[in-house]
Amino acid sequence: MTQSVIVRFDKVNKWYGQHQVLHDVSLEVKKGEVVVVCGPSGSGKSTLIRTINALEPIGNGSLTLDGIAVHAKGTDLNKLRQSVGFVFQQFNLFPHMSVLDNVTFAPIRIQKRSRAEAETLARDLLARVGLAEKAGSFPGFLSGGQQQRVAIARALALQPPVILFDEPTSALDPEMVGEVLQVMKALARDGMTMICVTHEMGFAREVGDRVIFMDQGRVVVDTTPDLFFDAPDHPRVKRFLSDVRGEH
Amino acid sequence: MNFLLPPDQWAMLFGGLRTTILLFAIAWIGAFALALILVIVRATDYRVCRWSVDAFVAYHRNVPLLVQVMFWYFAMPELLPEGIRFWLYDHNAEFCLAAIALALGSAAYQAEDIRSGLRAIPGTQFEAARALGCTYMETMRFIVVPQALRISLPPLVGRALLLFKNTSIAMAIGVAELTYRTREIENLTFNTFTIFGIATVLYLLGTFSLMAFGSWLERRATPGRKERHHA
Ligand SMILES: Nc1ncnc2c1ncn2[C@@H]1O[C@H](COP(=O)(O)OP(=O)(O)OP(=O)(O)O)[C@@H](O)[C@H]1O
Ligand SMILES: [Mg+2]
Repeated sequence: MTQSVIVRFDKVNKWYGQHQVLHDVSLEVKKGEVVVVCGPSGSGKSTLIRTINALEPIGNGSLTLDGIAVHAKGTDLNKLRQSVGFVFQQFNLFPHMSVLDNVTFAPIRIQKRSRAEAETLARDLLARVGLAEKAGSFPGFLSGGQQQRVAIARALALQPPVILFDEPTSALDPEMVGEVLQVMKALARDGMTMICVTHEMGFAREVGDRVIFMDQGRVVVDTTPDLFFDAPDHPRVKRFLSDVRGEH
Repeated sequence: MNFLLPPDQWAMLFGGLRTTILLFAIAWIGAFALALILVIVRATDYRVCRWSVDAFVAYHRNVPLLVQVMFWYFAMPELLPEGIRFWLYDHNAEFCLAAIALALGSAAYQAEDIRSGLRAIPGTQFEAARALGCTYMETMRFIVVPQALRISLPPLVGRALLLFKNTSIAMAIGVAELTYRTREIENLTFNTFTIFGIATVLYLLGTFSLMAFGSWLERRATPGRKERHHA
């Protein structure tokens, strides 16, 4: 079986002023893969996934999404961003729009699809994240877990081939983490290509195909979840795992 | 009908009220449009633009409105080309120049209100929109500006009330608005208490209508206002 590569980093470097935050990052994500990115705070995880939809520029190297050079001059970023969903740690729903409007916004305004079509799709997505009955509510009236599930539906509304998550459960109260992970696991099982920055080890083990460990801007380890958790051979990973486990 | 005042004096008063409302409406529309332009110009990266807007705002916030109105009426026409000047004198110059002065003064304040509304929208909203493929303009139009206007609405309603009341300053340059007519009738009849009482009631009717309209707008612009009743 040949799996096509959907995201490819090739020797990507990035600096904030003097400070190098990505060091020679090279990696590939294939269609249908679920890749978990973890690492200590400040290691560059957010920066890494934010370069994929060009929320952050890169210094040098090359980064392609579905064959398109993301950071090349002349790339239509607005078009490119429609083919990659992004879920933020803080949800970032649009507070002045109802849940349904949050989800239909991009299909109607950006993709110029008909309202009827967009609403059918949105109701279907809201049902998938278990919030069909909240379509008319406003974000301010939802719990954190519910808001994050709406944010996932919003990201899916453009029907992107790949979806990125930046610590989607770290801003949530512990009792709400499960409902969001459940939605993400279902997505993974449906064959969605996902790159998730998360420290949820259960999620990584259950549905992850690969774990990428970052430290000081470098990809230090790129392996399977089983090897990563059960037989860590890198001292930094060992320390990281004992830190993460110690928190619980 | 001879209720409180003879009919001809009522007619004078209502003529004044009509001028007041017209002056307010024209000045407000001009002020709001200019405020939007000021905000956009202020948001550009050019230092000259930022400084000019800041200077404009500083002048209008720090110089008494009466001086601004008089400046426009007595000094500005000198600077205008003759054609425009004569056109003005033929077309109710007092009214036009008062409207301009009032509009500029109010625009300075409205621009500040809109700007602080815009500043209150977190950058993450911008990011969320960009991540969905919105252009800069789409982000502003659908995401940032609607939320910013909602935040600016209460201070903007306050500015509108102020502008409505400040139209009375136009009497100083002879615009026959409500306060001007009130003084005129008072000079004629010395019926001071009645006439000023009536003027007060008329101004209050105006400001109360504006306040009611403002809170209606606010209610309409509150996300989830229907839910709140059920909650
Ligand atoms: N806008 C910025 N300007 C300067 N430095 C930045 C900026 N954003 C991030 N950094 C720095 O870049 C490095 C990587 O940051 P990044 O947010 O990618 O880390 P992270 O792995 O996501 O951390 P966390 O787990 O805390 O979210 C950090 O050292 C951070 O201080
Ligand atoms: Mg981060």
